[in-house]
Amino acid sequence: MARLNSPEELENFRQELLSKKDPNMPCISICAGAGCIASGADEVIEAFKAQIEKEGLTAKVDTKGTGCPGFCERGPVVVIYPEEICYLGVTADDVSEIVSQTVKEKKVVDRLLFVDPITGEKAIHESDISFYKNQKRNVLCNNIKIDSKSIDDYLAIGGYSALTKALSRMTDVEVLEEVKKSNLRGRGGAGFPAGRKWEGSRNAPEPIKYVLVNADEGDPGAFMDRALLEGNPHSILEGLILGGYAIGSHEGYFYVRQEYPLAVENINLAIKQAEEYGLLGENILGSGFDFRVFVHQGAGAFVCGESTALMTSLEGRAGEPRPKYIRSNIKGLWNKPTVLNNVETWANVPLIINKGADWFTQIGTESSKGTKIFSLVGKITNTGLVEVPMGMTLKDIIYKIGGGVPNGKKFKAVQTGGPSGGCIPEERLDLEVGFDELTKAGSMMGSGGMIVLDEDTCMVDVARYFIDFLTDESCGKCVPCREGLRQMHRILTNITEGKGKEGDIELLEELAETAVEASLCALGKSAPNPFLSTLRYFRDEYEAHIKEKRCPALSCKELISFYIDPAKCKACMICLKKCPAEAIDGGKKKIHIIDQEKCANCGTCFEVCPSKFGAVTKISGEPVPPPVPEEERMITKKSQKESK
Amino acid sequence: MDNDRIDQIIDKHQGEASSLIQVLLEIQSENHWLPKNGLERVSEKLQVPLTRILHIATFYKAFSLVPKGRHEVHICVGTACHVRGATRILDTVEEATGIKPGETDLDLKFSLETVNCLGCCALGPVVEVDGKVHGKMSPIKTAEVLKIYE
Amino acid sequence: MSEIQLEIDGKEVKATEGMTVLAAAQSAGIFIPTLCHHEKLEPFGGCRVCIVEVEVNGWTKLVVSCVYPVEENIIVRTRSEKVDRIRKTIIELLLAHAPDSPQLQALAQEYGSDKDRFEKDASFCIHCGLCVRYCAEVAKKNAIGFVGRGINKEISFIPEIAAKECWDCKECFPLCPTSALQAAFVLTKALYSPPTDIT
Repeated sequence: MARLNSPEELENFRQELLSKKDPNMPCISICAGAGCIASGADEVIEAFKAQIEKEGLTAKVDTKGTGCPGFCERGPVVVIYPEEICYLGVTADDVSEIVSQTVKEKKVVDRLLFVDPITGEKAIHESDISFYKNQKRNVLCNNIKIDSKSIDDYLAIGGYSALTKALSRMTDVEVLEEVKKSNLRGRGGAGFPAGRKWEGSRNAPEPIKYVLVNADEGDPGAFMDRALLEGNPHSILEGLILGGYAIGSHEGYFYVRQEYPLAVENINLAIKQAEEYGLLGENILGSGFDFRVFVHQGAGAFVCGESTALMTSLEGRAGEPRPKYIRSNIKGLWNKPTVLNNVETWANVPLIINKGADWFTQIGTESSKGTKIFSLVGKITNTGLVEVPMGMTLKDIIYKIGGGVPNGKKFKAVQTGGPSGGCIPEERLDLEVGFDELTKAGSMMGSGGMIVLDEDTCMVDVARYFIDFLTDESCGKCVPCREGLRQMHRILTNITEGKGKEGDIELLEELAETAVEASLCALGKSAPNPFLSTLRYFRDEYEAHIKEKRCPALSCKELISFYIDPAKCKACMICLKKCPAEAIDGGKKKIHIIDQEKCANCGTCFEVCPSKFGAVTKISGEPVPPPVPEEERMITKKSQKESK
Repeated sequence: MDNDRIDQIIDKHQGEASSLIQVLLEIQSENHWLPKNGLERVSEKLQVPLTRILHIATFYKAFSLVPKGRHEVHICVGTACHVRGATRILDTVEEATGIKPGETDLDLKFSLETVNCLGCCALGPVVEVDGKVHGKMSPIKTAEVLKIYE
Repeated sequence: MSEIQLEIDGKEVKATEGMTVLAAAQSAGIFIPTLCHHEKLEPFGGCRVCIVEVEVNGWTKLVVSCVYPVEENIIVRTRSEKVDRIRKTIIELLLAHAPDSPQLQALAQEYGSDKDRFEKDASFCIHCGLCVRYCAEVAKKNAIGFVGRGINKEISFIPEIAAKECWDCKECFPLCPTSALQAAFVLTKALYSPPTDIT
């Protein structure tokens, strides 16, 4: 492959690639993202390739492993082009049927289609699926269309056209102005205007500057960046080169968490390919602009997602944050002006340069422009990545796209923003998603995690869970975070174990204030948010735990007892046999009783009792009823009639 | 791990102190742990105080200063997995292996760690063994998966 | 270096560009309490005790004075209801580790901290970092460092280096506010057996 030395050469090469492609040629796209691989996509890809070869169709049918289209729970996901027929949960055993029915005869394999959870209708095309229909996939749409390991595929869908436009028809200042005009706000957490950050670095008098990709996606429950990095690495690389051009930086870094080995692999490959093609290195496309990119891996520390800690880690040190009194776009990596942006932020840049800031500002709300990718997970029917315009309501995301809460359970709250965010209850579901709206409601956008919780989730436990996470991930340098979270964790754990006392809530609030006001970095400053937001909307749960030793969600192990309702027990012996503590007494036709002394609260009996009986119940905050007297324990026809 | 191999890894990163973490990641990946004499060698060659290396080796979860088992079991306890019952999966693994997170069993067969998110949130609860991700786990499925490993 | 004019506790203070608010206050004889600060060492910003209120363009914020650079015309208040409340809590958190530390006790008295507010912790190191930083920046021996992170963070001597260097030095010992350092040294000495020559 010869180096491309000018924008014209690149465009000619692109035309060459396109002329070799037949848009009507069938293409079998199988998602090869980490989620689908975990569900067996590797075998499916191999099976398709083998089957196509066996039938002698290799020259006529394209088969490729592609980037992640986001519907991870239903993987492996397969889309057959050009008809765009979408199959879910495909296994290697389905392959020969798909090839003979769909690829060859253009017929649909019914059982592999998406079924709408509410209407029961089947959807044939990807765009008909309710999960996808209501999204606006500006950034994610290309994932399923390309082999993530192929730069040619990226070029064929128009990749690097923003770069050629910028290098041949725009000055560096014009690129910066376009990003400023777009009002693109950082997608990593803080939502800081990217253009303003870039301008600060551009204007700093220091000649050496850096641009960094924050790919240390640490928020548990968030995997948007993983899908982008694995699925379309060149899109982020293109954004980064544009950023370097705009601010006058010649060196960029990807900081990728090592828990994403496929992302590391694909990014490294993309960089190598771009270098070969002359899109990185010296005199890119003959423009005179030099730019090099390096990849550093994280080593397992959530705090390194914080910008100053990330830079400290890049410098080869323990990832302890630095004070931000002097902003890092002025003094950042190695004390030089550094622009650090999130993966999704960078992925939006080529779109803005290609289609213009005016196009971008038409999407979204007054203060939050463009689209945002959310990871919609937890107690939700359609789990996966959703990309929606800013301003869509939480209700629409959760119900129209997500299909609501499964198993007939009642929605309780949605947790957004990761460990720095908060919980939003049902009465606020008409909230239009945007940076400021979420912050006003006591949560935040964060990186885009959206975890749905239902009636079985204890909100005090949610607060305890996040404090537990942050206590583990705190760097430990400053007192308000290290010591404050340590004590908050103790108090919250005690509350969930029934050891809460009067004054605990006030003490937690004081510790929260200290952490918010005096912590060194955003980890400490935002750590109390889950506690503060659950206290704001679910104070009754805290008071029940403390005053009544009761868990309203029947979740906290120490506060619940399992009880077999004698009226419903049919003495089927299933729970008796499965109980790991051998705590259930009973026999065939003898009503089962749980010995509370032996019971380990594992919940197995609750899960295995057949749903038609539903005899095992959870009790909290009140004593377990005394056991039924021996003489009433035998189930006879008479007692069965009475219980009906 | 012998000094020659360590030197090779350091040279690959141009002997730069800023590549310290990348060098240690490679040693950890090949050797499954960071022996003290290895760290002393890195300290010498990169001209970096041993205290800084030890801080890094104990700050980041990827590193281990003690030998790990043949099979590394990671249980994801991220929010999405937690909400879908990761705690029970962890209990099952602790019982099956006899060890708690952070520990390695006496046969050096399994090492157990909790991780705070593998990015496969839609498939929760998730268990990763030797880098292979298993999604939609239940206590029974988890026990079965563990039996595969020698 | 240009001159910067600011106000601290109602007093006009002249400082130079690049100075921290703490240094400016000290130069004007205004006291701000500190724990992790030492004039021979780079500012650390770990204890947060030197936190002050700064008013800039009508906006008031809390900053850590040992690292915050002076700015023209800012108004600094070293004591206020909020500052005192936060200092009180910080001291209480540290007293859970080292209730007998004279420095902490003096601060406790000034700010009304209750040493029994929080459950006691086994380790009495308060992570001021003075020992680690002194050994790295002044003595340049790097015999002691931090290990771990978060609530598992500890100070740790490197036995081989400590055996060679510390006996004749011990300059860090008087810096420790809680005598955790001395305890760590004694423990290391007790556990470490230097290799014996077998001839």
